[in-house]
Amino acid sequence: MKKKENILAVRKVTYAVVAAVIALIYFGAAYITEFKMSEGIAAFPGAFLWIAENLMPDEQAISRIPKILSKLLETTLLSVAVTVFAAVCAFLFSLLGTRTTKINPIIGKAVRIVAAFFRNVPDVVWAMLLMFSFGQNILTGFLALFFTTFGLLTRAFIETIDEVSSSCVEALNATGANFIQCVFQGIIPSSLTGIVSWVLYMIETNIRSSTLIGMLTATGIGYLFDMYYKMLQFPSAGLIVLFMVILVIVIEGISNKIRRVIM
Amino acid sequence: MAILKFENVSKVYDNTTKALNDISFSLEEGEFVSIIGPSGAGKSTILRCCNRLIDITEGKIWFDGKDVTAMNKKELRAVRTKTGMIFQHYNLVERLSVMENVLHGKLGQKSTLAGMAGIYSEEEKLEAFNILRGLDLADQTYKRCDELSGGQKQRVGIARAIMQQPKLILCDEPIASLDPKSSKVIMDHLSNINKRDNITCLVNLHQVDVAMKYSKRIIGVTGGRIVFDGPPEKLDIKTVHKIYQSNDSDLITDVKVGA
Ligand SMILES: Nc1ncnc2c1ncn2[C@@H]1O[C@H](COP(=O)(O)OP(=O)(O)OP(=O)(O)O)[C@@H](O)[C@H]1O
Ligand SMILES: [Mg+2]
Repeated sequence: MKKKENILAVRKVTYAVVAAVIALIYFGAAYITEFKMSEGIAAFPGAFLWIAENLMPDEQAISRIPKILSKLLETTLLSVAVTVFAAVCAFLFSLLGTRTTKINPIIGKAVRIVAAFFRNVPDVVWAMLLMFSFGQNILTGFLALFFTTFGLLTRAFIETIDEVSSSCVEALNATGANFIQCVFQGIIPSSLTGIVSWVLYMIETNIRSSTLIGMLTATGIGYLFDMYYKMLQFPSAGLIVLFMVILVIVIEGISNKIRRVIM
Repeated sequence: MAILKFENVSKVYDNTTKALNDISFSLEEGEFVSIIGPSGAGKSTILRCCNRLIDITEGKIWFDGKDVTAMNKKELRAVRTKTGMIFQHYNLVERLSVMENVLHGKLGQKSTLAGMAGIYSEEEKLEAFNILRGLDLADQTYKRCDELSGGQKQRVGIARAIMQQPKLILCDEPIASLDPKSSKVIMDHLSNINKRDNITCLVNLHQVDVAMKYSKRIIGVTGGRIVFDGPPEKLDIKTVHKIYQSNDSDLITDVKVGA
């Protein structure tokens, strides 16, 4: 009994300390960056008013809808293509990286390091680096997204496979099944839901990222937005934002539906 | 001739943990042998060495007269097709149907392509169905495994092992996650296969009473060494305490053993 009270007391102290630390970090960060919450909140109504006044679609913006939609489609298709292609490569790569398949501990380690490298360079930085070699080009955007997606999915797949497939792969190994049979009869059926879920998530993320990268590489919807914005044609730019939001919501809805079906 | 023979087998994990220390024993064809011992004694390690899911550090293991430790991949695969394995957590492909999981027992005997695509002959499917019927699983044939209860899953595991038409079945704590009634069903099925098909069974168990009831021979392991090897009648309370390194009244069920 005594021990239990003790544990509870310790837990209270822990909570208090954690709360204090969070408060300290917030005020410390606010002080250093000279960010004032009150000013931030005070600026809200003004900002919204500005958006309402300047970003409302006008006639010119509406006449540009076909062009916006075609660029939006281009960006979406690119994101989907990149993600699917990166997922296929990442799956093959992750088979070498998992402990489940016991290929080789050194190869496994190497795979993890390569994946970490690709993942930890932000996609925008990849785009800037690649622009030196490929110029402002759709290929640059494609590769930039490919690299980060590949790195992230490799790691996600390795973790998924190690978590859900290792026990059944052990059993299949014990029946005398070979590597390829274990992959197709064990790993793929057991980890498919997790893998598809990750791919859908990455498609959503990549649609957002590709807009940003498009501004750099002068392609897709990002370029269009950048152009209207710099020409101070805010209603057209605002319309693009609106379509982007709708697109992301629609994609999210579709992927939730797919997730439910494959569960 | 012995179906399985351990000769001075030792296993060291990661150059540090000595899991098995000079283990020697042999199983005759058709025997039903239980291994008992405390957690971390090395029971699972012994089982996984038999079909080289784990490579041993020292010694030799003979299966059906052939040296398992010296085998290449192809020979090893042949040994694995002849040893079924049953696990505490069933290790089924949960998202596939009962039928598909049972047919997995045939993977080792198939070509890469047929196995990969899951192509099985009508005879194989019929055989799988008959095995399922024998285990009272006929109604579950086309259900997905994640819809089954623990006891049913373990019977699917047994069906997969039988499908291999094995000479030896290795069971790693087959009833550790099951209630007493399902446990009895599982143990009865194992005992039944052993008698009917003359398949040798090597079973890791945590329940001394179950081991005594079902096996003709018990191996007691502690700290990676065999400290007892004999029929259940010879297992007295002193030996049980020696295996579990416990004192009187330390064990949750003091076992009714011969004095
Ligand atoms: N993969 C591994 N890597 C390192 N050490 C291991 C590994 N597997 C087992 N061990 C160690 O080897 C020893 C024997 O383990 P083993 O799993 O064979 O015991 P066990 O008798 O099956 O125990 P339990 O009854 O809890 O299943 C333990 O000390 C364990 O920590
Ligand atoms: Mg164990």
